[in-house]
Amino acid sequence: MLATKVIMEQGVHVEGINFFTGFCVEGHTHAIRKKDKAKPKRNNALWSAEQLGIKLHIVDIIEEYKDVLINPKHGYGAHMNPCLDCKIFMVNKAKQWIQENDFDFIITGEVIGQRPMSQRRETMPIVAAESGADDLLLRPLCAKNLPMTLPEREGWVDREKLHDFSGRSRKPQMELAKQFGFKDYAQPAGGCCFLTDEKYSTKLVDLWQARGSKDYELDDVMLLKVGRHIRPKKNFKLIIAREEGEARFMQGYKSSFINMNCASHRGPLVLIDGEPDEEDLILAGQITARYGQGRDAEWVEIQVREKDKAERIIKVKPLKAEEIPEEWFV
Amino acid sequence: MSQQTLDARRLLCPLPVIRTQDKVKTLQTGDELTVYCTDPGVMQDIPAWCRINGHIVKETRNEQGEYIIVIEVG
Repeated sequence: MLATKVIMEQGVHVEGINFFTGFCVEGHTHAIRKKDKAKPKRNNALWSAEQLGIKLHIVDIIEEYKDVLINPKHGYGAHMNPCLDCKIFMVNKAKQWIQENDFDFIITGEVIGQRPMSQRRETMPIVAAESGADDLLLRPLCAKNLPMTLPEREGWVDREKLHDFSGRSRKPQMELAKQFGFKDYAQPAGGCCFLTDEKYSTKLVDLWQARGSKDYELDDVMLLKVGRHIRPKKNFKLIIAREEGEARFMQGYKSSFINMNCASHRGPLVLIDGEPDEEDLILAGQITARYGQGRDAEWVEIQVREKDKAERIIKVKPLKAEEIPEEWFV
Repeated sequence: MSQQTLDARRLLCPLPVIRTQDKVKTLQTGDELTVYCTDPGVMQDIPAWCRINGHIVKETRNEQGEYIIVIEVG
């Protein structure tokens, strides 16, 4: 918002681009999980665009992003976050977009030293060069710390009215926000991508290991965000709904997965991902029973639904908590 | 003026917004688009997208767990 406003203040027409990778935190989980109900369901990019009075173009890059995540040239951050490759990719997409839509240059809200991977003094020129944006990429919040870009040289923007922010402190940004009269703003970068989350990254790696390939579909990405994941064997795992919102969301996947729930007692919806055999389904039923109200019963009836919608009941002994090894929990 | 529908059920935001955006690009000013969704987030996001892009939200309603938004292309 700040970078945009700084440029708009110079009389430049700005429109926003928001890329959707499938790993964005906002929206999805807030819509699903009860614990997130208090968080605003607003899309921050849309909200920011509306505050600024600019158009916003949301671009679906789910398919193209796979290569960025699976083969990051610059590697991963603390978890499965390929931040530098991600930034290069998005700036490259932005360059394509401005060419197709007759815009002159790109601005981002980056600040030198603000983020440990993609916003370091050494990496910022890499983003400009490897994205192909080169001197079409202007960072208004720290431009004075960087070489002149084309819009500055051409006089499209006045370099003197740009900023020289650097470092992790956000005080100068907060001060600028105050000057612009922004009372509310989106969460600073970093917490907006599931790939920076340790637990999520562990589940993604588990998925790849179990499948023997680093590939995924959007539904995989979505389902890693919900439920308790338990993998008793390499060939299958259970995704167990933890609450009503998750169960409602998972209902939509019933036709794509073998699924089960307790028939004799109340219990959660469970999706079975993988290729379980009959013995595996009994074990899955025992785990499913463990998370239902029949956990202390001697026997629990489990309704199993195959992908072809064939239904049957199996009778199982619920596993006790201590019978589920810690390493099964993904 | 045509009347079109878009099925964005089972999609979570921002996908219903993206699908709406892509569909609207193929329509003419004055055309009407009815979007069917299951993510409650659309009740905030699609009207916001319409406001910033100059389209009119004619109606929003919730019917049996589905969120339906009628848009007039601006």
